Amino acid sequence: MFTVLFDQGSDGRMYGVWLLSGLGWTLSLAFFGWWLAFAIGLVVGIGRTVENRTIAILSRVYVEVFRNIPVLVQMFLWYFVVPELLPASLGTWIKQMPPPWGAFFPALVCLSFYTAARVAEQVRAGLEALPAGQREAAAALGLTERRTYWLVLVPQALRLIVPSLTSEVMGIYKNTSVALTIGLLELTAEARQISEETFQTFAAFGAATIIYLMLALAAYQLMSWIDERARIPGTAPPARRKSLRLLARRLPEGASP
Amino acid sequence: MSQLDFSVVFDNLPYLWQGLRFSLLLTAVAFAAGMVLGTGLALLQHLEVPVGAQLARGYVALIRSIPLILVLFWFFFLVPLMLGALMNGGRPMPIGGVWTAFITFSLFEAAYYSEIIRVGLRSVSKGQYEAAQALSLSTYKTYRFVILPQVVRVTSPIILNQTIILFQDTSLVYVLSLTDLVGAASKLAQLNGRLVEMYLAVAAVYLVICCTASQLVAYLRRRTQLNQNR
Amino acid sequence: MNMHLPTPRLAGPAQAEPAIVLEGVTKFYGGFRALNHVDLEVARGETVIICGPSGSGKSTLIRCLNRIETHDRGRIVVNGHELTDALKDIAAVRREVGMVFQSFNLFPHLTILENCMLAPVQARGISRREARETAMHFLSKVRIPDQAGKYPGQLSGGQQQRVAIARALCMRPQVMLFDEPTSALDPEMVKEVLDTMVGLAGEGMTMVCVTHEMGFAREVADRVVFMDKGAVVEQDTPERFFSAPASERAREFLRQVIH
Repeated sequence: MFTVLFDQGSDGRMYGVWLLSGLGWTLSLAFFGWWLAFAIGLVVGIGRTVENRTIAILSRVYVEVFRNIPVLVQMFLWYFVVPELLPASLGTWIKQMPPPWGAFFPALVCLSFYTAARVAEQVRAGLEALPAGQREAAAALGLTERRTYWLVLVPQALRLIVPSLTSEVMGIYKNTSVALTIGLLELTAEARQISEETFQTFAAFGAATIIYLMLALAAYQLMSWIDERARIPGTAPPARRKSLRLLARRLPEGASP
Repeated sequence: MSQLDFSVVFDNLPYLWQGLRFSLLLTAVAFAAGMVLGTGLALLQHLEVPVGAQLARGYVALIRSIPLILVLFWFFFLVPLMLGALMNGGRPMPIGGVWTAFITFSLFEAAYYSEIIRVGLRSVSKGQYEAAQALSLSTYKTYRFVILPQVVRVTSPIILNQTIILFQDTSLVYVLSLTDLVGAASKLAQLNGRLVEMYLAVAAVYLVICCTASQLVAYLRRRTQLNQNR
Repeated sequence: MNMHLPTPRLAGPAQAEPAIVLEGVTKFYGGFRALNHVDLEVARGETVIICGPSGSGKSTLIRCLNRIETHDRGRIVVNGHELTDALKDIAAVRREVGMVFQSFNLFPHLTILENCMLAPVQARGISRREARETAMHFLSKVRIPDQAGKYPGQLSGGQQQRVAIARALCMRPQVMLFDEPTSALDPEMVKEVLDTMVGLAGEGMTMVCVTHEMGFAREVADRVVFMDKGAVVEQDTPERFFSAPASERAREFLRQVIH
């Protein structure tokens, strides 16, 4: 069924190589996008819980804006609209980036900012789930707000939300496929191209589906491993944690495409 | 950069409204069908129905692991084949993008709703099932009158949030060249070259609708929490 | 079926036949023997109190009596029906056996009145009007008719447990099972629930009750059954059991609960 993957495509490369190249773009987008999203989301999520009203409101606005516009529309905004709104020289420079990069960077920014809003909500939930006594104890020890966050609250909150971050990791790798709408030849786009050239739709989509399934499995395993490693010794027994983890992973279910 | 001119948006409001109506209709259909199917999938797993439970689990895991766009492509390709095999003596029955969208979103959302409902089912304490049993309610009546009403209460904020995401996801029918809100905007944008205004306007519409909806959900959640603490 | 009698029926058609018979009942949880060859008879109208240390199998035993848990070996006959896998209509048995749980298990999304009406309407098939009358009758009997429109979460633990008793009585059961009905209650609410149960026993209801309330046992029990490690160690009248328990394990248990 998958023999078509060894046939030569219109550009002289094997179709299997097309898929691998698509996988490469999917993985790069997901990987770099995730770390950017995590960094931004961490800052914004903390921002939502700090005393300073201005920072809290700005963080809230960030989350509402990036969470409430479809990722496809955000993709169009970064690709079509932002270069037009920037000063002409910068806009032109962006528009003239050579092919894969001209789509890759807007897609990367888009997915990072979108996913960051979702990560921020998880971080906030993690911080709010901590008992008030932690903050009070840190204050009683004379720690500043900044140090309280970095030394006491954030390390605990992050451990709590590892399970729900799993669904965000799965969300970002699935959302990479939206980049095909601005012309990035990631995995789904390559599969469609193979299907259109060869009419072997079943094999083309089937291969892509299997690759996505393996990515999902890998993402899930990786996050479970992190969860195990990051657990604080002496907290909740494994059995109970497992059910909590399932609950946490499923309930705040987010990005679906 | 040319001056922003939103008159192109206002001149085409009827067409954009038509697109938005399709987005809303698709959301409503996928919500209704997805909830019914999702409840079924969740119950198959919860009741450990032989074979059915495994199939449901496999289906949900599969659908949740692959991007919606790929699922749309799959169904655009598969549904005519399946319908053909069933009703047209093996010849594919092309059904067009609109029907593909309705079917795909219903089946896709069913997987996501079923996960929410499944967790909701597990959150009802064992004692509730036992009390219903002890009162000699049948399995059907236990779920109908005791368990599902509680599941609906517990999960409704999450279900509604998922539905807001669904509404946003319907924009992906763009890849089937359908005329939802984004589709309408992009067709107009290509016609008159006003991409910036069009996409900004669409973003604003989604922002307003989804923000309002999520505020409503948050309000609902606070109110039900209050009710529980009465 | 005499399901529309105005008050709970006190005895079944065959007066002489015991309400509950257990013969050699054994149950395993994996390799753990939760019940070990339990033999027990409960006569109609009798109040039997089951006590024993935690983990002795008393809750498991009572939960087997309406087949919320299944036993692995031996026979259980309730109200003339033998409880087996082959029993087609377990619901028919459960309609005749009411149960009150440690954690109340009221349905939180239904009002008190709806809690009491649900099963009579849906499982007994009686009219809503009649179910409402029956519900109000029993809510009056447990002395909370004025709370009928509230939700369980709005009531105190003691009130909730009395509702749970009324809810079970609305099915007009011939046997009532109580699984540690006061263990989840604050101390000041224990008495109101026990008083309700004393009243019920006085009316001749067949009752099996797992409890640690030894004062209550002394007052209402026709017989006290002492269990340990899944087996019935001894059973006797409360007078004899409390004054001169036969086994060392029962003496040890009584020393710990009565001080």
